[in-house]
Amino acid sequence: MAAAAWNEKPSFLGRWGSRVFWTILAFVMIFPFIYILSVSFSSFSDVAGKGLVLIPAHPNLDAYDYVLASGLVTRAVGVSIFITVVGTLVNLVMTVTMAYGLSRRGVPGRGFILGLVAFTILFAPGIIPKYLVVKQLGLLDNLWALILPGTISAFNLVVIRNSFMSIPEELIESAKLDGANDLRILWNFVLPLSGAVVAAIGLFYGVAHWNDFFDATLYINDPAKWPVQLVLRQFVLQGAVIQDVVVNQQPPPSITIQMAVVVLATLPILIVYPFLQKYFTKGVLTGSIKG
Amino acid sequence: MKQTVSQKKAILRETRPTVKVPLWQRMWRERWIYLLITPGLIYFVVFQYLPLLGNIIAFQDFSPYLGFFDSPWVGLANFVHLFTDPDVGIAIRNTLIISLLQIFFAFPLPIALAIMLNNMVSDKARRFLQSVLYLPHFISWVIIISLFQQILGGDGLINNFIRGTGGKPLDIMSNPDFFKPLVVIEVMWKDSGWGTIIFLAALTAIDLSLYEAAVIDGANKWRRIWHITLPGIRSIIILLLVLRLGTILNTGFEQIFLQRNAVGADAAEVLDTFVYFRGIQAGDWGFSTAVGLVKGVVGLVLILGANKLARRFGEEGLF
Repeated sequence: MAAAAWNEKPSFLGRWGSRVFWTILAFVMIFPFIYILSVSFSSFSDVAGKGLVLIPAHPNLDAYDYVLASGLVTRAVGVSIFITVVGTLVNLVMTVTMAYGLSRRGVPGRGFILGLVAFTILFAPGIIPKYLVVKQLGLLDNLWALILPGTISAFNLVVIRNSFMSIPEELIESAKLDGANDLRILWNFVLPLSGAVVAAIGLFYGVAHWNDFFDATLYINDPAKWPVQLVLRQFVLQGAVIQDVVVNQQPPPSITIQMAVVVLATLPILIVYPFLQKYFTKGVLTGSIKG
Repeated sequence: MKQTVSQKKAILRETRPTVKVPLWQRMWRERWIYLLITPGLIYFVVFQYLPLLGNIIAFQDFSPYLGFFDSPWVGLANFVHLFTDPDVGIAIRNTLIISLLQIFFAFPLPIALAIMLNNMVSDKARRFLQSVLYLPHFISWVIIISLFQQILGGDGLINNFIRGTGGKPLDIMSNPDFFKPLVVIEVMWKDSGWGTIIFLAALTAIDLSLYEAAVIDGANKWRRIWHITLPGIRSIIILLLVLRLGTILNTGFEQIFLQRNAVGADAAEVLDTFVYFRGIQAGDWGFSTAVGLVKGVVGLVLILGANKLARRFGEEGLF
């Protein structure tokens, strides 16, 4: 990767060409985020009439005050935090225990169960039958409908199982001889040795919960139980007005309110992004290695 | 008494039975393992295989009031209807066009970006660019489309700028003719960086001495990319391309669904959104299930065929 001796020095034109290219690309990637951030801090006089608000002349937090005072958005953030935290925990516990069971050699029926799991990667049951099952279980308009139907991703299960399989069998057998049961082996030996992969999968699960829009559209009709992505759609993409606010003053411009909601919904992803970056390469690449 | 690992292995070898243990005994010995597998297995049965079975309503005139057992059977009527309903044709056409546009434009971009990143001299700059390029992959579609709307939409940055200079605003986000290119551009913006990861990993596996030898033979940068870099990542390119062809009926639900209202169903309806609107919104349960089932079966055939094709190319295949 690094410059090797045989690598000729790039020409003047090539060097500047590539600099210009990467600068433009970085700008295209970063600019939208900076733009919504500055709009969300803008005051009425900043956004009135002209669209180009790069640095607001009178920055303020009015939009955020307004959004945070509205029950709807704070409630939605609460719902999203709940499904992200509880959902990811359920995901990890269920995926890790099943992956461990399926990683043990000599368990009769293991191949059959593994086949059942792998088949779901190739053939999805379809939107309608899944919806009807969730409905039959009485989970419509219940937050567990955003957690249970996606408890285990077959793909993630296979990735974690592969990482468990790479742990030397001797280690596990010797722990067994010392009298450790399977739960203890899983907790004390297997999990610490696969920490990076499990962390990567946990982060993927968490991000998927926070970003989930599809399941919420299907299963949650009651606006009081909407996660943040549905609220975003309603108020940013469809332009509905956030109304249930107690404060009796002139609301800030709706565009700044909308952008404040977008910023609030993006923030958690930005906070975990450094951790994601640390682990995801490992997760992605392990997943691409066949087991 | 403490034992070393090798001693334990020796003990295990001695205690390992030579006679075949009956199945039930082996199963009883692994009872705790089964206990660990069971909750996950219940999940797969309830939320994957029960719905799979539920696909039988594709052969019914299903009504939620009558349920699975009392809804009238209609044989293959729903599947016959599939060929005569013009909306299905529109959905298939849109799905295929969007997928093919993505394969043509969005698929090669990560390969090019990965090669360029790999050729960068400065590690610091490369790491910075990677951080920037990977980020949008983790942002939800609702937010991505909000960003696009803020920049390109009717009241967005560009149109406000055009209005400010007295020009005529451009209709980008709500123009049916521009919908398909827009969808592809959004995918390129969101996931091209993420797509480079797998190619970057393949690039690091290329033997550097090959480049050295090529330089001695007088090959310039472009010839080295053509004769060493690209052949070096050929197998992963073919594998991913074949896999993408196998999932040609999948365009992603959320991205299309969120923008469908702005341009109308004629331009934006794909198979997944069609099933949603016909089934859950319009209550045409049996028919929409039939459409979903056909899509699933064709998808399965395509992915198995694609895997075979990859093997035909002399690649490893996925399974």
